[in-house]
Amino acid sequence: MAAPPRHVSMLSISNSNAGTPQSASSDKPQTPQPPSTPQQASGLRVPSNRKTIYDRHLNRSRNAELSRASFAYLFAEMVTYAQRRVTGIQDLEKRLNEQGYPLGLRLLDLLFYRSTSTSSSALSSSSTSSSPPNRPLRILPLLHLIHGPLWRLLFQRSADALEHSVSPDTPNEYMITDNDPLVNTYISVPREMNMLNCAAYIAGVIEGVCDGCGFEAKVSAHNQPTEMWPSRTVFLLRFGDSVMEREKVLERAGIK
Amino acid sequence: MCAPTVFSLIVINKAGGLIYQREFQPGLRKLSTNDYLVLAGTFHGVHAITRTITPKLPLAPPSSSPAVSSPGNTAPATSGYSYPNPGVPTSGLEFLETDKFRLTCFQTLTGTKFLLFTDPLTGSVDTVMNKIYELYADYVMKNPFYQLEMPVRCEAFDRHLGAWLRGRT
Repeated sequence: MAAPPRHVSMLSISNSNAGTPQSASSDKPQTPQPPSTPQQASGLRVPSNRKTIYDRHLNRSRNAELSRASFAYLFAEMVTYAQRRVTGIQDLEKRLNEQGYPLGLRLLDLLFYRSTSTSSSALSSSSTSSSPPNRPLRILPLLHLIHGPLWRLLFQRSADALEHSVSPDTPNEYMITDNDPLVNTYISVPREMNMLNCAAYIAGVIEGVCDGCGFEAKVSAHNQPTEMWPSRTVFLLRFGDSVMEREKVLERAGIK
Repeated sequence: MCAPTVFSLIVINKAGGLIYQREFQPGLRKLSTNDYLVLAGTFHGVHAITRTITPKLPLAPPSSSPAVSSPGNTAPATSGYSYPNPGVPTSGLEFLETDKFRLTCFQTLTGTKFLLFTDPLTGSVDTVMNKIYELYADYVMKNPFYQLEMPVRCEAFDRHLGAWLRGRT
């Protein structure tokens, strides 16, 4: 007589003590299922109003901001994850780079979409018919795109410097400097790994953007601390030979 | 004015081990590393003792028997005493004052203890302590290369702590 009501009351609070009802609910496991399944359906992926992240407008989160602390924790976990099953610093930077690369590829599309369509009336039909006007064809516009709009999209400010390699041997090398990269704000690299720069993740993002534009490039992040900016980072972009050849052809053709 | 001169900072992990120690004023008498470890361990024990010897107040006898119903019948008989502030958990040692310095202990919810040695004359150690806790949460706990409960070797923490204390005093 006393057992069923206690059993039911335990099922009603089954979220708090999930282990107990499982052991005790051998006789009626079906009763809690019907009310719980629709709740599970409205999770992160499918919200209750049936609008997934794909149904939302892309400009919806245009001016939205993200908590810096939550990003710091997420990035710290990403670094910890990349550190597992890794042998050296080079390997770790390569892994971080690979984590950033797909983000760069996708960010590029978002960046073009947001920079072309200023109003919310840009529909899918119009965007397919009209060619995107501002895809960079030469190296310099691409670098300005990274230095300005991409950096603003990611960090809400421009990068701090953009330089071309002064050495005549390496005309394919460009440098983008960030005095205080957001990803390195809370990170202190131990002394025995002082060559490591976790902004290799951002280098991966840049590499993805370059590749997405059709500029084959290798990007790496290097520490160049100064007295005032201890976490100053230089991103070195090395464009491939095919890109440099095309650059010469385009220069002769007079295409900006 | 109201910013106390900070002499030294010690951080003790929840097992009583020394994980951070730094002096901010020149001319202090130096302790060896071993002495600091002993100091941290001793303080950890003293802190635990002070927490258990917190005085309790006897409960008012007339209110106990009629007011409480069936489940409370056994409770007042066993625990006839309560802490002065029943809602506040016992914290143990918080201040230690001498004529030369003032020791402030702040224990986080996870059991990490921050010991701050300051000038005894000035007040308001709380702002300093809060800022140190904030810097610790930022530059130590968000650092992927820091292993929990291990000695703190975070260059960014050192840098920001030093810069902030220098800017204040």
